[in-house]
Amino acid sequence: SLSREDFQRIPELAINPLGDRIINAFFPEGEDQVNFRGFMRTLAHFRPIEDNEKSKDQNGPEPLNSRSNKLHFAFRLYDLDKDDKISRDELLQVLRMMVGVNISDEQLGSIADRTIQEADQDGDSAISFAEFVKVLEKVDVEQKMSIRFLH
Amino acid sequence: MFLLLPFDSLVVNLLGISITVLFTLLLVFIIVPAIFGVSFGIRKVYMKTLLKIFQWATLRIERGAKEKNHPLYKPYVNGIIAKEPMSLEEEIKEIRRSGSGKALDTPEFELSDIFYFCRKGIETIMDDEVTKRFSAEELESWNLLSRTNYNFQYISLRLTVLWGLGVLIRYCFLLPLRIALAFTGISLLVTGTTVVGYLPNGRCKDFLSKHVHLMCYRICVRALTAIITYHDRENRPRNGGICVANHTSPIDVIILASDGYYAMVGQIHGGLMGVIQRAMVKACPHVWFERSEVKDRHLVARRLTEHVQDKSKLPILIFPEGTCINNTSVMMFKKGSFEIGATVYPVAIKYDPQFGDAFWNSSKYGMVTYLLRMMTSWAIVCSVWYLPPMTRQPEEDAVQFANRVKSAIARQGGLVDLLWDGGLKREKVKDTFKEEQQKLYSKMIVGSHEDRSRS
Repeated sequence: SLSREDFQRIPELAINPLGDRIINAFFPEGEDQVNFRGFMRTLAHFRPIEDNEKSKDQNGPEPLNSRSNKLHFAFRLYDLDKDDKISRDELLQVLRMMVGVNISDEQLGSIADRTIQEADQDGDSAISFAEFVKVLEKVDVEQKMSIRFLH
Repeated sequence: MFLLLPFDSLVVNLLGISITVLFTLLLVFIIVPAIFGVSFGIRKVYMKTLLKIFQWATLRIERGAKEKNHPLYKPYVNGIIAKEPMSLEEEIKEIRRSGSGKALDTPEFELSDIFYFCRKGIETIMDDEVTKRFSAEELESWNLLSRTNYNFQYISLRLTVLWGLGVLIRYCFLLPLRIALAFTGISLLVTGTTVVGYLPNGRCKDFLSKHVHLMCYRICVRALTAIITYHDRENRPRNGGICVANHTSPIDVIILASDGYYAMVGQIHGGLMGVIQRAMVKACPHVWFERSEVKDRHLVARRLTEHVQDKSKLPILIFPEGTCINNTSVMMFKKGSFEIGATVYPVAIKYDPQFGDAFWNSSKYGMVTYLLRMMTSWAIVCSVWYLPPMTRQPEEDAVQFANRVKSAIARQGGLVDLLWDGGLKREKVKDTFKEEQQKLYSKMIVGSHEDRSRS
């Protein structure tokens, strides 16, 4: 099984600004080891969506690589306390990770406020999953959050 | 009991005869040509025969796997996932473009930006450019060594017999032969250089020293059954220059030094290595550092500069990567040797992994285990290209010069040119790289200073 240090040994992952959050996505709540099954479950979110799958199993459980689940994966990167809402603080935290020291607190704060304003529809000053999906409804999630294996 | 005695003496006689024959063969076919630098061409014939056998073996495995419907594990050299080589800006713009029809030139933040980092991160978990350079390269066809085959299961009797024969030949015939040669080579080196060291300095000493070194390295080359093809020998390093090459294993030294005459640079070790080092330096000046001196970069630079400025001294042999890489890529060159200002003679070394993998995975195998593995492979086949000399241009700094040399070596050897530091084998990556990424992204959401002042 893998631990967090094993992931951090990949240099290209260590320099990714969101590297730590991505690593966290592999580990279930409160645990420090992930086995192969758990590893594959997380990676399965990035399987490309094939056309014949869309019409296949309407009654069964939703596959991990559906558009909704891919969006949920990204949502979980923002939502650290897992309350199904991205608060202003959580958004600020992720922004800070992505820009480092290059932007001042006030500027970052106004960017966060503007983003929440544009996305928020029920006036709770936070972005719920439904609002998140609405904002990104035109984005080509299937292509941008999929990784193709070469054969 | 009486029946045993004549039988015993017969066995002893046979043993004695076979050892004598072995040593005569050794002397005639291997050591004498090594001394004079000629070759009978036995190794080339050996190599061709082996290639034919390997091809047959691979076809047989593939046929066998198809018959039994086993999935065949085929290693992909170029990576296992499809990657798009776009920069950070281009990719994020593409994501935004598909999301909204807004004007793209205004820098702002979008929730969808996170997709870029997310996907990049997961891609590197699946297949990254750096960590796979520190383990042995995977082969596409089998070379009858069980250590390199992941499909190793019982396919056919003929194949298994062939493999068993291979084991027998390698361990019972080739290994003792090679160990005997290695022993001869090293002891000749130590005694030869010590003897030459007693001579007074002068042309005679230099001449003898050169030939003693060359002879012993050639014997060591035969001890490993190394089949080396040298290209462009007119570009070989001259006095007062620095020879740089990509590093795959300690054997690189033997390969280069058997065709040219170099001054070595390195740290003084204890044990057998130390004995060899101390003996070598008696015959001609090599640059050996004490362990404490290695950390002092100025001292190192100064001693190297003194050496290259003395035109009577030999060209220095340096491996700027600093560590062994698995011969699929060339990693960052440390700039120290490029600051000295001497002419640089780049050399590209490419091993053919089919006959034996020369890469030393120092975290997996110690030196002795590594040498034993080398001596029980079929052969070490490699090509050496001597590239034309390069000097530092006035507008370049040492790092740019180092990168230029590195690209030339990578291009010639057919290796991937990477900017990553070979030291990442053991250490963590520096934070400056992450900061670069963060800076690039910040520009995307707030723009650079000029944009802000305009709005």
